[in-house]
Amino acid sequence: MAAPTSRLGTIARRLGQALPALFGVIVVTFLLTRALPGDPAAYFAGPAADEKSIAQIRESLGLDRPLPEQFLLYLKDLAQGKMGNSISTGQPVAEELVRRLPASLELTFFALLLSLAIAVPMGVLAATHPGKPIDHICRFIVTAGVSLPTFFTGLALVFVFYYLLGWAPSPLGRLDFAYVSPPTVTGFYVIDALLIGDFETAGAALAQLTLPAITLALFTLAPLARMTRASMLQVLSSEFIRTARAAGLSGATVLGTYAFRNAVLPVITTLGMVFSFTLGANVLVEKVFAWPGIGSYAVEALVVSDYAAVQGFVLSMAVLFVALNLVIDILYTLIDPRIQLDD
Amino acid sequence: MTDTTLNAAAGLPEIDERSLGMRIKTQVKHIRYVLTSNPVTLLAFTLFVMIVILGIFGPLIAPYDPLQTNASIALQPPSWSHWFGTDQLGRDVLSRVIVATRLDLLISVCAVAISFAAGSVVGSIAGYYGGWFDKISGRFIDTIMAFPLFVLAMGIVAALGNTVENIVYATAIINLPFYARVARAEVNIRRNAGFVQAAKLSGNSDARVLACHIFPNALPPMMVQISLNMGWAILNAAGLSFIGLGVRPPTPEWGIMVAEGANFIVSGEWWMAIFPGAALMLAVFTFNLLGDGLRDIVDPRQRT
Repeated sequence: MAAPTSRLGTIARRLGQALPALFGVIVVTFLLTRALPGDPAAYFAGPAADEKSIAQIRESLGLDRPLPEQFLLYLKDLAQGKMGNSISTGQPVAEELVRRLPASLELTFFALLLSLAIAVPMGVLAATHPGKPIDHICRFIVTAGVSLPTFFTGLALVFVFYYLLGWAPSPLGRLDFAYVSPPTVTGFYVIDALLIGDFETAGAALAQLTLPAITLALFTLAPLARMTRASMLQVLSSEFIRTARAAGLSGATVLGTYAFRNAVLPVITTLGMVFSFTLGANVLVEKVFAWPGIGSYAVEALVVSDYAAVQGFVLSMAVLFVALNLVIDILYTLIDPRIQLDD
Repeated sequence: MTDTTLNAAAGLPEIDERSLGMRIKTQVKHIRYVLTSNPVTLLAFTLFVMIVILGIFGPLIAPYDPLQTNASIALQPPSWSHWFGTDQLGRDVLSRVIVATRLDLLISVCAVAISFAAGSVVGSIAGYYGGWFDKISGRFIDTIMAFPLFVLAMGIVAALGNTVENIVYATAIINLPFYARVARAEVNIRRNAGFVQAAKLSGNSDARVLACHIFPNALPPMMVQISLNMGWAILNAAGLSFIGLGVRPPTPEWGIMVAEGANFIVSGEWWMAIFPGAALMLAVFTFNLLGDGLRDIVDPRQRT
């Protein structure tokens, strides 16, 4: 088959496969608040509402109409980027989520980069030195890492590095009060500050970012290191590696070019699962570090039973996750042309 | 250990011909071998027994009443009379950590039991009959997996209402896909095996063949899934109560205790958050190690 066209075709097909998932996600978030016992209008109006405001909300949400029609209305609202208003702040949920998303993404991506930077070399080292100390360290970290409650590691790190050692800034948000947040370009404070050449602010933002990112990274380290080690071990014992060695290639070439490239594929697949964990753990980490992302927004909304906000949060996280999985799969297709996703 | 998958593929019956007594004896010997040859598994097993004892007899073992407040001894660091210190209301942290074991275990055991039962039924039917049920259940499971699971659990608890039962249901729902998938795969590879055809020819109904002949053979991998899942279920439930869902104060529960202690950690009162957090970590660690050990018993070839 002609490589470029078939590859494009595979990507297009994969895009098509994401649509049912997206649709399912929307149906579930819709059903979560509409088809449940009790009066959804009362949920959305909040605990302080009286009869009149509940009736008003019922009408404005279209809750007096049949369910399928309500769903169509919901879809129409979503298509226009509307997710309703938050009862606690009165602000549109969608706007608030968009405003807070960069904070969450900055934390998530930085944590993942950190985690990959540690997990992959560690997995490779463990696989190339089986039975040596590095292998045992790797195995210990892998087993301990999946047992760590993120909120607990976060607090322990705060205690050690903020209270005892005083190395870290106070765990309150993205930037210390002494600094002014940089003008928004990407929404990532560290990058935005670097863009205008303000190294001091960038450093301060990075300092705030470090502890929460380490917390998240510790959590995601385990599956990534385990997968790297396992797939590296498997590749290293295969015949083409023996052939490459027998042909007299240097150790570095065999490891880097031959083994690692093949071993990295299963690691990329694991990334999807890791994202699922990370997006969930994000909520906990954001609460511990008072990080103003969408996770802490959802926690605040949950406390006051702000259903429109919670629904918007669940939906946007799920959409983000579907999109990330899509990107991973496409990446996979680009890296490994043997893959056909049309089974 | 017989290679169940190969036997199924070859159409051989998987129940081996030795007498039941013999088989139990070999099994016990194998379990003892696994426990003694791997000290880590032995340690995990000991810890597991300890956690179960604390869960059952916790209120009897705890040195103080976990709800008894006493303002005169508030916020005391660990000492001989209060090993884990006291919290802001003068309650004994050690007693609260011990008593919390039961609730945390109960939530996760119930959740895992529900997802095991529901997942087995859904997965078995889907794997045995295939067809429209398989398609619909598969689509449903894919939809659950399309959510970041903890976020979905948050959404479910928020929608169903903020109670402990709903934490159990939410945790059960997000774990369901794993059981359904394992059950489906294990049933599916055996649906046309020789022993299944023999059972059918002897006049057993489809439901009976599925429940009494195929499903028991799918149990070992499901058991491994359970013990690997338990730790995750505990983490999940504790995470939900950490953000203020489900368990309400003053009920002692590890997640909520960490949340309460979190406010004091920046001023140096570490014991209120660290001890319940460590207990939680130890419990999860135990179940994860136990899961690995159980996998060694069930399928020795997967040892890493």
